[in-house]
Amino acid sequence: MEQALVNGLVLGMNYGLIALGLTMIFSLMNVLNFAHGQMYVLGGFVTYFALNTLGVPYIVAVLLAVLALAAVGLLFEYALFRPVRKRSNREESTMLLAAGTALLLESLILLFFGEKQRGVPPVASGVFEIGGAFIPASRVLVFFVALAAIILFMMFMRYTRPGRALRAIAQDREVTALQGVNIQAYSALGFMIGAGLAGLAGALLITVLSVNSGMGTSISIKAFIMVMLGGAGVIPGAIIGAFVLGFAEAFGYAFIPSSMTYLLIFVGLIIFLIIRPQGVMGKPWG
Amino acid sequence: MTPTRRKALSFATFALAYLVIVPLVLSGSPYMLGVLSMSAALSVIAMGVWVTFTIGRINLGQAAFALVGGFTAAILTTRFELSFWIALPAAGLVSALVGVVLGLGILRLRGVYFAMITLSLSETMRLALLNGGDFTGGATGITSIPVPGELSLFGLVIIPDFAGSHSHLAFYFLSAFLLLASVVLVWRLMDSRLGRVFASLQQGQELSQSLGINITKYRLIAFGVSCFLAGIGGAFFAATQQSIYPGSFVASDSISFTLYCFLGGLAYVGGPVVGAFLLTLSFQFLHDLQQYQQLAYALIMIGIMMWLPNGLLSLRWPSWGRKTTSPASGETGNVQ
Repeated sequence: MEQALVNGLVLGMNYGLIALGLTMIFSLMNVLNFAHGQMYVLGGFVTYFALNTLGVPYIVAVLLAVLALAAVGLLFEYALFRPVRKRSNREESTMLLAAGTALLLESLILLFFGEKQRGVPPVASGVFEIGGAFIPASRVLVFFVALAAIILFMMFMRYTRPGRALRAIAQDREVTALQGVNIQAYSALGFMIGAGLAGLAGALLITVLSVNSGMGTSISIKAFIMVMLGGAGVIPGAIIGAFVLGFAEAFGYAFIPSSMTYLLIFVGLIIFLIIRPQGVMGKPWG
Repeated sequence: MTPTRRKALSFATFALAYLVIVPLVLSGSPYMLGVLSMSAALSVIAMGVWVTFTIGRINLGQAAFALVGGFTAAILTTRFELSFWIALPAAGLVSALVGVVLGLGILRLRGVYFAMITLSLSETMRLALLNGGDFTGGATGITSIPVPGELSLFGLVIIPDFAGSHSHLAFYFLSAFLLLASVVLVWRLMDSRLGRVFASLQQGQELSQSLGINITKYRLIAFGVSCFLAGIGGAFFAATQQSIYPGSFVASDSISFTLYCFLGGLAYVGGPVVGAFLLTLSFQFLHDLQQYQQLAYALIMIGIMMWLPNGLLSLRWPSWGRKTTSPASGETGNVQ
């Protein structure tokens, strides 16, 4: 019981990073980023590569993963999403473009890193015991790094000039443009931050759960669940959704078979959305 | 010639070529016939997604309904030993029924919410079948599904037993029939009053509602048709493969069905068909690239999105072409 509680807390914090990135990209660009799960997987693999082949310390590997994914985000936004948005008659095209980039990333990951399951050894040794639950030190570390990242991200969005601009764009693109905000540059920045958060989540979680090239889609679906639970495009909502899913998963895995856990989560989600279509904190029809 | 007659003529030409010339040329190549049959079945399923688009919803749950259809057909033919010719329409109907029941709840959602919930639905159905115990066979699914038998009416054999030497050809003709029938069905649907109502739901459902249109009813009809087509396609899949598993159609297949519609062009009934054939065939032809196959496939997909974001059919054809005008706004309401 306590163990499941602690696992849920660690999982929820990391899922928060994934959900925040997805929400960021969604609210800014109106793009449902199907490639988010693959971005997470790539983050994990970059970390693995940096640790095993380059032999750098873990903290550098994490930074490398964040930077690599931010670069991928920038490239996608600049080279793919921007031209398609300009040319297409329908907004949904970008969503399907995202599905294309998901496949592209997945095949690139497969080519470069193979199909093997990859994990990295725990970064910190030792085990803490709190009220009957055992927590490996590396999980504690992962928890606090994720917490710090989320706090930093929230502060960035709340108090800095670019953060304010990003929030304004999410609220009303046209009006923000009229205020003289460079929408193009901030869209690119938003995409970079979103992708970077996915990379950070991958880099942190690879120490706890290993990654393989085929798991991207299921991570994306998890991210969608969190975003739907909390309300699409709402930052606190994404974090709520992440914790709900993290706890549901941790408790489910502790007490019932794993494929049943997700079935119940999905059924619960569908019932919840029928009752409250906009999620916990979303605007109706966001 | 009126546009309708021109469309009918080009459809008839296509049907003739597809039913006569293609099987004649390829009769010696079971592999190619198999690929074409599969493309046709995928087109039928994708056409369902297209129908949901006409009411302004992005349906990413089509895999769930294809699974329902496939499993219905499999259970009816193996457990109840019914003929495939009864199981096929039954699969479509069961799928449509499941769709309508689920649709009562989820069709209230719009935009990305609907897209995300239907995507979760694909995953839910896979897990539900996985946990279905003996009834669905769990992870091992249902295997050794019999091939379609003989269909006779009043002692007259209409369709011969598929178990003969030319089962590939038989499956090809079945798929071709299903494809052509679905195209006609959807085309007629869009040409009727129902099609106009669907378009009005897409363009502004509040306005349609204020005009006295029962939007819930029409949304359910559209979603029911969509799920029916998925069920038929799934049942065909189960019969050709002679097996079906919870993993036969997964969330990424749902995304592929939507992609077919986009690649072909959302403004055209033929869009999903063109998209499905193009991508399925190109994936087969890229087989020689081995480990680069998926990469090349992804690049083709992104390339088409980049350069033809409104679909392949939005390319203007020369005067003999089928599509002489491009849609004004790219809305599916302007069905060509």
